[in-house]
Amino acid sequence: MDTPVINIKIAGLGGMGVLSASTILAEAIFLAGYDVKKAEIHGMSQRGGSVASDIRFGTRVLSPMIPLGEVDYLVAIAPEWADAHRAELRPAGRMLVPGDVDGLENPRALNVALLGVLSRFLPIPEAIWHKALESGFPAKLHASNLAAFQLGRDGSGKTH
Amino acid sequence: MTQPKRTIALNAQGVALLSGDEAIALAALHCGVTLGTGYPGTPSTEILETFSDLGGKAQWAPNEKVAAEVALGVAFASGRALVTMKHVGLNVAADVLFTSAYSGVSGGYVLACADDPGMASSQNEQDTRRYAVAAGVPMLEPSNSQEAYDFAGLAFAISERWQIPVILRITTRVCHSHTIVKPHGKFTAPPTPCFVNNIPERVMVPAHARPAHRRLRKKLAEIKAWNESEGPHRIIAGSDDLGIITSGIATMHALEAAPGASVLQLGMTHPLPMDLIRSFASRVKRCVAIEEGDPCLNDALRAAGVRVEPRLESYRFGELNVTRVRHLLAGGEEPQTVPPRMKPPQLCEGCPHRSTFSVLKELDCIVAGDIGCYTLAAMPPLQALNTQICMGASIGMGLGMRHTLPEDQARRVVSVIGDSTFLHSGVTGLIEMAYNPPATGHVVVIVDNSTTAMTGLQEHPGTGRKLDHSRASKVAPEEIARALGIPNVQVFNPVKEAARFKQELQSALASSALSVFIARQSCILAFGKIKAYEKAIAEAPPACDDTCAQPVAE
Repeated sequence: MDTPVINIKIAGLGGMGVLSASTILAEAIFLAGYDVKKAEIHGMSQRGGSVASDIRFGTRVLSPMIPLGEVDYLVAIAPEWADAHRAELRPAGRMLVPGDVDGLENPRALNVALLGVLSRFLPIPEAIWHKALESGFPAKLHASNLAAFQLGRDGSGKTH
Repeated sequence: MTQPKRTIALNAQGVALLSGDEAIALAALHCGVTLGTGYPGTPSTEILETFSDLGGKAQWAPNEKVAAEVALGVAFASGRALVTMKHVGLNVAADVLFTSAYSGVSGGYVLACADDPGMASSQNEQDTRRYAVAAGVPMLEPSNSQEAYDFAGLAFAISERWQIPVILRITTRVCHSHTIVKPHGKFTAPPTPCFVNNIPERVMVPAHARPAHRRLRKKLAEIKAWNESEGPHRIIAGSDDLGIITSGIATMHALEAAPGASVLQLGMTHPLPMDLIRSFASRVKRCVAIEEGDPCLNDALRAAGVRVEPRLESYRFGELNVTRVRHLLAGGEEPQTVPPRMKPPQLCEGCPHRSTFSVLKELDCIVAGDIGCYTLAAMPPLQALNTQICMGASIGMGLGMRHTLPEDQARRVVSVIGDSTFLHSGVTGLIEMAYNPPATGHVVVIVDNSTTAMTGLQEHPGTGRKLDHSRASKVAPEEIARALGIPNVQVFNPVKEAARFKQELQSALASSALSVFIARQSCILAFGKIKAYEKAIAEAPPACDDTCAQPVAE
C-alpha cells in the first residue's frame, strides 16, 4: 500500500538559495530511497522575484506540483512574501521561518539552516542529510553549511 | 569528443534524479547524437548545456532557424541531429520545419520544443501541438523525466525509420521537474554519416515538392497505423464510470486527481491513434480529454465523433494542476482564483541597463524594446520601454513608428535591443534601416551586456566563446553597423559614460541621420564568470597546429 505523499514548499526571493536548498532536499530524499519529484520555475529567478520550489515524496508521486491546500511544510525564507503560500498549507501544516533559527552568523546560509529545522520532521537519517549537503556545495563550503544545517536541526527554536 | 565535465551517477538501483532537460541530454548522449544545436530559451536551455557537459557536441546557433538548418544538414548527411528551442523559437525555425517535412531526412532529425503554459518566462503561451498538425510531423509528449529519456530515443528511431522530422514536445513542468530516471541505453544504433545524392528528394522545387507532399502524407498514414498498435501509449485500468484521455504533464495531474478512473495516456499525439482512442472511449460511461493549453485533443476527438465532454474555455489559459483537474472533473464553472501576491522580478542593483534606460527616460524617448532582461525596464520604477513583441522586432517596429508618427514624436523613437537578440534577428532589421531610412532618421541602441542574461548567461556569437566557454571568433555589432553604411556608430560604457551617452543621443535624435549606439558593460551576474572563462582560455595549452610547431632538435 502506498504511504501518503509528503509535500514541502520552499519559497523566497531570487538569490536566497531557494533552488539550492530544494536540490539538497530532493537529493536527501532520493538517497533515502523514496520516490521524489521536485518542480520549480527557473528563468526569472535571478532577478530578485519570488521563487518557489515544490518537493513531494512518498512511495509513489504523480504530479510534480503540490495541489492547493496540501502543503505539509512551508519553508519561508522570505516570510514577508509568503502570504500567498500560507493559503496553500494543510490545516495541520507547518510553516518554518527564519525566526526558527537562532544564532546564525552567515545570513547567506539561512536556506541550509532552515533545511536543518525541516530535517527534524522528516524520516531521513542524519548521515544522508550530510551526504546530500556535501554533494550540493564545493568542498570549501562543506564545514560552514554543515554547521548551519546542524544549528537548524539541533536548535531549540520554536516552529509555527 | 571533449572530456566530460559531468557524469550522471546512478545509485545501486541504477537510477538517478534528473530534470526532463537533463534526461533528454542523457538520451542524446546514449543515442550517439552527432550534433546538438539550438538557441537558449526557457525552459529548454539546459538540454544542450547538459549534453555538452556530458561530453556531447553541442553549440549555440545565432537563432533557431539557423540551428534547424545546421541540424537538417546533419540529418541529410545521415547523422543524428537534436535541435532545442522554446515554443516561440519554432516560429523562427518554422520555415525549415515545414519543407523538411516534405523533403524528409536520411538520418535522425529531432526538434525538442519546450512550451511554457502559464508563461513563467515567455511572451505568449502558443501550443506547439498545432505545429505538428500544420507541418505534418510526428509528435511525442513525455510526462516525466523517464519518458523524456525514452521518448527522445524513440523520436530518433521514428525519424530514421520514416525519414521524417520529429517534434519532442516538452513543457515547463517536464523540463524543470526532477523525477527518477532509470537510464538503459537501449536505443536503435545511429546510422553511418554519408552523402547520398538524391536531387528529387532534396531540392524542393515545385516539380519535386508535389510528389514530396504526397510522400509525406503516405508516411503519416503509415506512422498512424504504427501508432495505433505499437505507439508509446499507456492504459491505466480503472473504473468504467470515468475514462480520461490525456498526454504530457496533464497525465500526472489527472492520475492524481482521479485515482480510480481509467486513463489513456497518449505518448505520441500526432498522428493520433484514433482507433485506439475510439475503442477506449467506447468502454467508459463518461469520457473526458484532459490537456493543458489549446483544446487540441478535445477538438480532434470531437471532430472524429469521439464523445468527450466539451471543455470549458477557462482551461485554455495557464498551467494545469491537480486542483484544476479536480474542478474540471467536478464540472461547472472553474472557481476564479485571486493571483497570489508575488514579488515581480526586476533589473538587478547595479545592472548596466538601469543606466541606459535612465537616460532614455530623461530624454522622454519612445522606446521600441525587445526580448531580454532589459524588457524589465517596462516595469516600475523605470517604465521606460514602450513596446515588446518578439525577438528582433524592436528595430523594424521603431522604423515603422518613425515612418508614421508626427515629426516631433517620430524624433523621440529609439529601438533598444540586447546583444544576443541583435545577433539572433536584429541584423536584418538594421539592414532594413540602412535600406529604407525614415525621413527623421533613426537611433538603435544595442544594450550589450556580453551574455545572454535572461536565460541564464549563455554564450553567443558576440561573446567570443562557444557554448562550452572555449575560445570562438567574436562578432562585433559595431562592425556590422559600419559595414551596412550606418554613418554614426559609437560605443559607450553606459555606467561610466552616461553623460556622454546622453549628449550624443540628444544630438542623434535631433539630426535626421542613422545612428547605432552600443552601450557595452558586462552583466553584473556574468562578470565573475566571464573573468574565469577568459582566465581558463588564457591558461589552456594552445592547440597544436601549424602555428605551434614543436622545437626542432639541432
